[in-house]
Amino acid sequence: MKGRRSSSDSSSSSKTKKPQYSKFTQQELSACKPILTPGYVIGIFIIVGVIFIPVGIISLFASENVVEIVDRYDEGCIPPNYSDDMLAYIQNSDTNKTCTRSLKATKLMKSPVYIYYQLDNFYQNHRRYVKSRNDKQLWSKKHEDETKNCAPEATSNGLSIVPCGLIAWSLFNDSYGFSIKNKMVKVSKKNIAWESDKKHKFGSDVYPKNFQNGVLIGGGKLNSSIPLSKQEALIVWMRTAALPTFRKLYGRIESDIQANDSVTVIIENNYNTYSFGGKKKLVLSTTTWIGGKNDFLGIAYITVGGLCLFLAISFILVYVVMPRPLGDPAFLSWNRHPAGHQI
Amino acid sequence: MTRGRIRAKLRRSQLYTFACLRPHVNETEGSVQGCPRVIYCNQPHMHKKRPLKYCTNYISTTKYNFFSYFPKALFEQFNRVANIYFLIAALLSVTPLSPFSPVSMLLPLAIVVGVSMAKEALEDWRRFMQDKEVNARKVSVHVGNGVFSYKPWEKIQVGDIVKVEKDQFFPADLLFLSSSYEDGICYVETMNLDGETNLKVKRAMEATSPLNEDEAFKEFTGTVKCENPNPSLYTFVGNIEYDRELYAIDPSQILLRDSKLRNTAHVYGSVIFTGHDSKVMQNATTSPSKRSGIEKKMDKIIFILFAILVLISLISSIGFAVKINYQTPQWWYLKPKETDVYFNPVKPLVPGLAHLVTALILYGYLIPISLYVSIEIVKFLQAIFINQDISMYDDESGIPAQARTSNLNEELGQVDTILSDKTGTLTCNQMDFLKCSVAGTAYGVSPSEVELAAAKQMAIDLEEQNREIANAKHKNSGSEIELETVITSNDGNDFKRRIKGFNFEDSRLMDGNWLKEPNVDTLLLFFRILAICHTAIPELNEETGNLTYEAESPDEAAFLVAAREFGFEFYRRTQSSVFIRERYPPKGQPVEREFKILNLLDFTSKRKRMSVIVRDEDGQILLLCKGADSIIFDRLSKNGRMYEEATTKHLNEYGEAGLRTLALAYKQLDESEYSAWNSEFQKAKSSIGADREATLEHVSDMMEKDLILVGATAVEDKLQKGVPQCIDKLAQAGLKIWVLTGDKMETAINIGFACSLLRQGMKQICITALNSDSVGKAAKEAVKDNILMQITNASQMIKLERDPHAAYALIIEGKTLAYALEDDMKHHFLGLAVECASVICCRVSPKQKALVTRLVKEGTGKTTLAIGDGANDVGMIQEADIGIGISGVEGMQAVMASDFSIAQFRFLERLLVVHGHWCYKRIAQMVIIKDFPT
Repeated sequence: MKGRRSSSDSSSSSKTKKPQYSKFTQQELSACKPILTPGYVIGIFIIVGVIFIPVGIISLFASENVVEIVDRYDEGCIPPNYSDDMLAYIQNSDTNKTCTRSLKATKLMKSPVYIYYQLDNFYQNHRRYVKSRNDKQLWSKKHEDETKNCAPEATSNGLSIVPCGLIAWSLFNDSYGFSIKNKMVKVSKKNIAWESDKKHKFGSDVYPKNFQNGVLIGGGKLNSSIPLSKQEALIVWMRTAALPTFRKLYGRIESDIQANDSVTVIIENNYNTYSFGGKKKLVLSTTTWIGGKNDFLGIAYITVGGLCLFLAISFILVYVVMPRPLGDPAFLSWNRHPAGHQI
Repeated sequence: MTRGRIRAKLRRSQLYTFACLRPHVNETEGSVQGCPRVIYCNQPHMHKKRPLKYCTNYISTTKYNFFSYFPKALFEQFNRVANIYFLIAALLSVTPLSPFSPVSMLLPLAIVVGVSMAKEALEDWRRFMQDKEVNARKVSVHVGNGVFSYKPWEKIQVGDIVKVEKDQFFPADLLFLSSSYEDGICYVETMNLDGETNLKVKRAMEATSPLNEDEAFKEFTGTVKCENPNPSLYTFVGNIEYDRELYAIDPSQILLRDSKLRNTAHVYGSVIFTGHDSKVMQNATTSPSKRSGIEKKMDKIIFILFAILVLISLISSIGFAVKINYQTPQWWYLKPKETDVYFNPVKPLVPGLAHLVTALILYGYLIPISLYVSIEIVKFLQAIFINQDISMYDDESGIPAQARTSNLNEELGQVDTILSDKTGTLTCNQMDFLKCSVAGTAYGVSPSEVELAAAKQMAIDLEEQNREIANAKHKNSGSEIELETVITSNDGNDFKRRIKGFNFEDSRLMDGNWLKEPNVDTLLLFFRILAICHTAIPELNEETGNLTYEAESPDEAAFLVAAREFGFEFYRRTQSSVFIRERYPPKGQPVEREFKILNLLDFTSKRKRMSVIVRDEDGQILLLCKGADSIIFDRLSKNGRMYEEATTKHLNEYGEAGLRTLALAYKQLDESEYSAWNSEFQKAKSSIGADREATLEHVSDMMEKDLILVGATAVEDKLQKGVPQCIDKLAQAGLKIWVLTGDKMETAINIGFACSLLRQGMKQICITALNSDSVGKAAKEAVKDNILMQITNASQMIKLERDPHAAYALIIEGKTLAYALEDDMKHHFLGLAVECASVICCRVSPKQKALVTRLVKEGTGKTTLAIGDGANDVGMIQEADIGIGISGVEGMQAVMASDFSIAQFRFLERLLVVHGHWCYKRIAQMVIIKDFPT
């Protein structure tokens, strides 16, 4: 830039208002700013396309390899004589809730096979519901009586409930028993919750107290001799889902299920989803390196990659058909309308 | 000794023009009724108690004091709509309705408000320090028994007698009692008040002017009755009772605070208005706050965002209420029977409303609070970068560029139209005596800048031609070299001998050679008019021994310098005489001559001429007159038109060369004629009332006729450095440049050519009013219709123009502009002006400047920038979107009103093209990036 002076002559007369010279104040610091020339842009698009499409195809294949059995049982488990009044059936504590379903494995399902329950139209994300818990209470015995935010499920008969709040109160309590060829299959319910939840959120010295002994019984009960950190079903339930349709891990089957094996499931159908028209589903699924069955990831990769390739090709075409020099000033406003501006 | 005697004589004589014939008070007793303020001069103890206790001379321009800072600054902050919104949001976030913790809302608000308040505090602190410095200035005050001692300004009280010394500022508004001159005059520089650098003469009251010693104030008392404090600088109503007699006080006896005593050893004055009562403080206004376009746009966007926010919240709360009403009763896991405010399936309206508030807070991030902080910080830093830019530092004056507000940085890059003052902005306001025409002969050979520019342009054109006709190259090269030599030789002269204000070159007149010219008598007269007909004061420069002249206008100074160079040195002025040292080199000894000034007829912009009536040593009475050529030519006698034709021709040539011209004339009077006129003149002077000015003018008119033309002068208004290049670059960048000047059309056009605003290939559209002096309504209508026709014709012409490269220049004159700015015409005018590449308005008043600026601003809706340096540009600077002040010679008025100040016009290029571009781009990118997450 023009007008640069050595700093020595400004220091000789220190009283002048002459600004000091420095690269920073004169905004002369070197900078790097890449210009997106057609070459760069086309190159980047091609690279993205070339990488994304194979990744997408691989993910799709992986997703295809997942074997998944989904069985909706909420309606099927209602005895025919109750089919007009399902609510009465589920709310009646005397009715027999046991129900048997049989599922068929289409392919070989390698262990571990994960068991999920899927609820529909269940708003675990409702603000009243989400807030209704007290993490302090869940974590340490000291705060047992702390039931802030737990309303309307904070106390019962004047005693504070552990664990308090609507979430715990509405604990999912259907249970599943599996047998293949009349042989019971062992279901492991250990290590289904997050490690961090067990270690840092649910205390090992906190035992359920006054739980589910109010007038209105919500969901499942808890064994009051087991500390909360070991109640993994509760821990899974308390990690609230963000969407009204959600799956939660129930357990694992640690043995393979052969193709065409018929799996018999004995369900204790206790949980009330009938009043709000929710569905209940049982899901058996294997996993691969991308997790459960999920086509979305693969499709997304292929779509983006394809789009990039398409753009790259069309840019190449435009570049070949109508090339334009870089920094062409012909399209600037005062060049397009010269009359009023140009002098 | 001699000086004192002359002065004493003077005082007794009644001839001096202004002071001696002040109307005596008896007639004005009636006006006392309007004078509620009583001041006991030299009795400050009277003003210690209640009804007479006036405010102290302590001034404070700060907005806050220590205690009021917090409440006041907070109030100021929450005057902004955005801040109020954020405050409400923050308050709501403390309630249980909030979906998240209040800290995340309060902290950014605290930072926003805190930063702005800290900035306010810093600015206020600076003002405080400035006030402190002013309040602590020392002035000598009468403490009793004729003893004066120094006191700080803030301790001065109404009624005090103060003694102000040379080059000091007046500490308060003073009643001028006496000065070191026996006739009680003093010279005052009012640069801080009105931006004018010339000196003004103030005259003490005759009754008190003998009191010019410290001792004299031992016994002095007087009672002043006057008007209450008011902001009018040029009026004063009051009287003083002194020695049991009443005298009226007029504005010329009031010395205003913040003006400066010049050329006078000391003055005595009685304090009338102190501190905030003083006129200059009453005048202080804060410049209107301007907001940049980006900020306005942001406000709009934020308003839209807010509307979206409300809409989203409404939709979501309605949905919430509906869902609560119809669905949640079945959601047993929410225990719908146990209701509270936020959840009540039976009465969904209540939780719906509660949810609305919650949603407003929750989605409140749509409105980016941090954006305001970021913008403030970025703008502050950008202002620092502008201040620090070494390329906008003027080495000569030592003034860097200054961003006085940081609000408008990015607006600099958006400027569409530049409205520029001419004098002092494009030109230096330094006049060089360049040429003259005496007795029909033109003298002076040095070329003006316009001629140089034209020569250069021609050289370039030739070069282009050469390129086109490659073969004919050798033919043209000869003339090219010639042109080059013209240019370079002039540059050489600049280095050789540079006398400020004098660039004349002609051996026929220099070094006494004029004695050999055929028309010696006329030349002698010409030089004498130059040396006598003025109001300047000589000042001896002690370092060099040279005389410098303090003149009302730079033209006058240039004339005096020229006269000195020709051998007619004006070296002394007394109340009644002008002393000239005439030097005729052949004879050697200089002759000192005294010219008695009998009358002085002032220069006003209306009269456009000034005259003096002098009696020379032979007792001959002469009227010497100088003025605008058209005015003088109208007043020539029949036998005085000898040189008219030749002079007119020369004047036109000078005009074309971009020079300012004046015509000089004289007339001889005989004693009886003069005394008859003089008695009438004195009568007019001593009359009072509204028509005094008119009668004076009329009487002056009677004298200034039947003149004999002597010659004409041509003075060059020097262009500032780098102006043509700068204008060229700005024009290339697509900016439109309008020049608004008080000069006449020819000069303005010439300056336009000189600074490459106008070019040879451009088509000029001149719009002028028909020259009719009739005042009738019909005549006015006719003039208006005529102008409208000119405008529509011109517009039509531009529309029909096929050549896309054709450029037009519009030149319009003040009188015409007055019509064109009327409501029904202004849009036609604007429509035409916008089509033209450059617009020059000449003969415009400050008011018209502001009006034109407003018209452009509102008519086109684009960003306008006004640049100027004088008090007359303040209106324009404040009216425009961006006001730029040139911190040059014409005082600080324009700079104080401006948003940015630069030292030279040429820095405008860097300010607009570099800083404006960067600031806008950076701010815009930041806003986009900050807005993106929301």
